[in-house]
Amino acid sequence: MKEIIKIGWQTLRKPSAYFSLGFLVIGGFIAGIIFWGGFNTALEATNTEEFCISCHEMENNVYEELKTTIHFSNRSGVRATCPDCHVPHKWTDKIARKMQASKEVWGKIFGTINTREKFLAHRKQLAQNEWRRLKANDSLECRNCHNFDYMDFTSQSSRAAKQHSTSLASGDKTCIDCHKGIAHQLPDMKGVEGWH
Amino acid sequence: MKTNTHQFIKNVFKTIMVSALFSSTVIAAQSNVATLRGDAKLDSQGNTAAIPSVLNKDIKQARNYPMQPPVIPHKTRNYEVNLNSNKCMSCHSRTRTEESQAPMVSVTHYMDRDGNFLADVSPRRYFCNQCHATQSDVKPLVENNFVDMHSLMKAKISAKK
Repeated sequence: MKEIIKIGWQTLRKPSAYFSLGFLVIGGFIAGIIFWGGFNTALEATNTEEFCISCHEMENNVYEELKTTIHFSNRSGVRATCPDCHVPHKWTDKIARKMQASKEVWGKIFGTINTREKFLAHRKQLAQNEWRRLKANDSLECRNCHNFDYMDFTSQSSRAAKQHSTSLASGDKTCIDCHKGIAHQLPDMKGVEGWH
Repeated sequence: MKTNTHQFIKNVFKTIMVSALFSSTVIAAQSNVATLRGDAKLDSQGNTAAIPSVLNKDIKQARNYPMQPPVIPHKTRNYEVNLNSNKCMSCHSRTRTEESQAPMVSVTHYMDRDGNFLADVSPRRYFCNQCHATQSDVKPLVENNFVDMHSLMKAKISAKK
C-alpha cells in the first residue's frame, strides 16, 4: 500500500517525459471545462421538478398537494417548482443542501416513506426540517421572489399590511413563521409555535 | 288475512302517491321552472358563471339577528380545518387573540351540548365553516325576504297607532 502511494507521488512530482507543456496545459484546461461542465449539468439535472417527481414519494404526496395551491396555479401564471423553494440558489448553499440530500437518497433506497402511511407518519418531522431551514436562513427561498423592499402595503389587505409593516419589517418574524402549509398540507400542529 | 288487505291498501296508496309526485315533477319541468342548467339544452353544455372573488375587507359586518354566526370578512383560500390543524384557530383561539387582535371565538364554542364549559373548543364547534362563511360581492341568486326583528316590531307599533 505504501509502495503504491510512493510511486504515485513520484509520478506526480517528476516532470513529464513524453507530453509537451502546451499539451498538458491546454489538455488540462479542456478536461477541466468538461468535468466542471459535466458536474454542473448533472447538478442542474437533479434540480428540476421532473427529477423530483420521478420518485412516487414526491409525485403522489407533496406534488399533488402543491397542485391545489396558489404557488402552482394563479392569475398571472408564474409558478414555483420544487427546487425554487427547497434548494438555495447561491452556489455554496446549494452544494451544502445537495450534500444533505444524500440522506434523502438513503431514504429512497430503504423506503423510509415509500407508502402513504409511512409518509404521513414522517410528515411532521419532514415539515419541521424545512421550517427550521427557512427560519435559519430568514426565509431566503421565499425572498428569492417575494422581495420585502418592493411590497406595496397599500395593495395588501389591511390585516396583511399591518403584520408585514410591523413584525416582518422589524425582522421579528420571518415569512415561514406565519406562512406554514402554503404549498403542502400541514402535519399535526400540536405544540407548534403560533398554533392553538 | 286482515294484514294482507292492509298491506294491499298500503301498496295502492303508495303507488298513487309516487305517480302523483312523478307527474307533478313533469308538469313543473314543463312550466319553465328555473333550474341550475338555465336555458341550456340537454345535449349541449351551458355557459358557466364566473367564480366570484371573495371579499377581503376585514371589516366586521352587522348580524341580521342576534344568534347569527358572524360572516368571515376575509379570504380563507387553502385554510386547512382538519384532524391535524385548524388554521382559523391560529388567530381566533383564546390564546392567539392577543397577538393576532382577531375576535375570539364566542364562549358558546367552549360549551358541550349540556352547557358545561370545556378547556378547549368543543369538538361539535371545531369545523368553523359549517356555520361561518366568506362573502362575495354578487347579485343574490334568489330574492331574500328576510325582515329584521326590529323592523317587524316597528311596523307592528306603527300599525297599532
